[in-house]
Amino acid sequence: MARNKTILYSLILAFSIVAPFVFPNFGTQLATLWLMIIVALTWDMTGGQMGYNSLGNIFFYGTGMYVAAVIAIGLVYDVGDYTNAAGGGIYKFTDLEYFGGMALGILGAGLFCSVCAIVIGSLTFGLRGPYFAIGTLGVAIATGELVSNWDWVGGGQGIALPVYPGDLDTGKIYFYFLFAAIGISVFIFVKWLYGTRFGAAINAIRDDEEKADAMGIHTLRYKLYTWAMAAFFVGMAGGVSAFQLIHFEPLESAYQTINLGIFMVVCVLLGGKGTLWGPVVGAILFHLFKEVTWNYLLGWQWVALGALIVVTVVYFQDGVMGWLMHKRPQWFGIRIEEKIAGEAE
Amino acid sequence: MTAIIEVRRVSKSFGGVVANKDVSLAVKSGTITGLIGPNGSGKTTLFNSIVGYHPIDDGSIRFEGEEISSFPVQQIARRGLLRTFQQTRIYGAMNGVENMLISLPHRKMKIWDALKTFTKEDYERADHLLEFVGLYEKRMLKSGDLSFGQQKLLEFAMALMNEPTCLLLDEPTAGINPTLINGLIDRLKRANSEFGITLFVIEHNMRVIMNMAESIYCLAHGQMLAHGTPDEIQNDQRVIDAYLGAH
Repeated sequence: MARNKTILYSLILAFSIVAPFVFPNFGTQLATLWLMIIVALTWDMTGGQMGYNSLGNIFFYGTGMYVAAVIAIGLVYDVGDYTNAAGGGIYKFTDLEYFGGMALGILGAGLFCSVCAIVIGSLTFGLRGPYFAIGTLGVAIATGELVSNWDWVGGGQGIALPVYPGDLDTGKIYFYFLFAAIGISVFIFVKWLYGTRFGAAINAIRDDEEKADAMGIHTLRYKLYTWAMAAFFVGMAGGVSAFQLIHFEPLESAYQTINLGIFMVVCVLLGGKGTLWGPVVGAILFHLFKEVTWNYLLGWQWVALGALIVVTVVYFQDGVMGWLMHKRPQWFGIRIEEKIAGEAE
Repeated sequence: MTAIIEVRRVSKSFGGVVANKDVSLAVKSGTITGLIGPNGSGKTTLFNSIVGYHPIDDGSIRFEGEEISSFPVQQIARRGLLRTFQQTRIYGAMNGVENMLISLPHRKMKIWDALKTFTKEDYERADHLLEFVGLYEKRMLKSGDLSFGQQKLLEFAMALMNEPTCLLLDEPTAGINPTLINGLIDRLKRANSEFGITLFVIEHNMRVIMNMAESIYCLAHGQMLAHGTPDEIQNDQRVIDAYLGAH
């Protein structure tokens, strides 16, 4: 069993490494797939494992983009001047400035989003169920509107970042591996986290928060830390997206509540909430579905997507992993013990 | 013997409904104390007040000599004063062992300790206590699928896992099959004698409480009606009247 797992993980890792070279035409698509896996896995940390369905995680993605961009630009030029020129001025970045700014920007984006999660969480974690979802959605939408009126970061125009200094194909592969690295880190991180006492505590909050309180668990602290961890990874992914997209603006690409903000939730529901593999499986299925309909059902793609969401939410709430767990409980260790181990009482 | 819980002149109203009025009682350390009273007499409200579920209007509640009436639930729980619920509360989506592991005490835990995995000793302790309440065979099942009685037993085991100094049990035998009740009484007594946990028990089943408790308090209409040994309570005319509705 353990050996099978090692083989499975090695195969996935190997495929992840060769994929952009084997399918060079799909480089950007595969990078986006990793982005979906990252946002789905991190959404599931609060939504699936802790029972807090946030519709505002896109806030961290958008904020990550802006923070990364502002850091990368601010290290070399005045941010106000740069955005004022809207790409028209002559602003050159050396390789060191580009890659150094990107590294610091992505890391800074993650850290800044973690702090944001603590602050927003302190205000919104008093809300339960749908109120929390709507409250966080409000935060994301409001921030998008505020940023689009903030001239220092380019207002509604957004920010145009420097282009990857190498050739285009290398750039695609470079961004693919950045996303893949974050995605693999998230997966390893949550796989470890869910096995610790921390994981057990957030599961307890999901199942019965009052009971968790009554058992002496620091519920608010766990909620804040969990969201801060999720925000860290989403912020970093946003930072990478900023450089990958080159140009981004606040409402459609950064704080895209109705696109990525909803997609991440659908991915998790489709794959199976509260499971380790569910968000990954869901992200892959969703991304495939989305790309296929965008290519072959053009004009009807949003209808198809809406139908998928409705069917998932109404008829397939447990997702792929939940369905498997129902059909094959023994795969998940659900069983009645035959004999009593240890001495009798 | 000193009192581990001291309730002095506690009052609590919900709007116009007076749930507790001037209630005083003392639970002695290391004993089993009972709390009885007709439905709606304010027993659960008193429990909720003690564990910090809602603020009290008036009075004082001390646990191990410390005033706790203004503390939130978690803080009181971390001091070792724990309660179980009348409407059993377990983590339904998880199996028995996971329920037990989550219940490990968070008392001395630092945040870094949360990043550790459960040790072999933790698993052994969980298995041992599940065996103690007779749920070992079912420990890998989703606990939401267990029967109500089994869930009660699981909740009791979870409380023991938390190593409380004092445990408040809200109707531990309600909904449990009569043949299992004797086993449960035995386990409650052993939890008291072997693990040294002080028990404070709300119970409607007179046979159970008379069998277990050394000292019994009786509430009626939110006020303390009587206090005494099981024998005294059984023969107290006021208690009998309260139960028969003469009050």
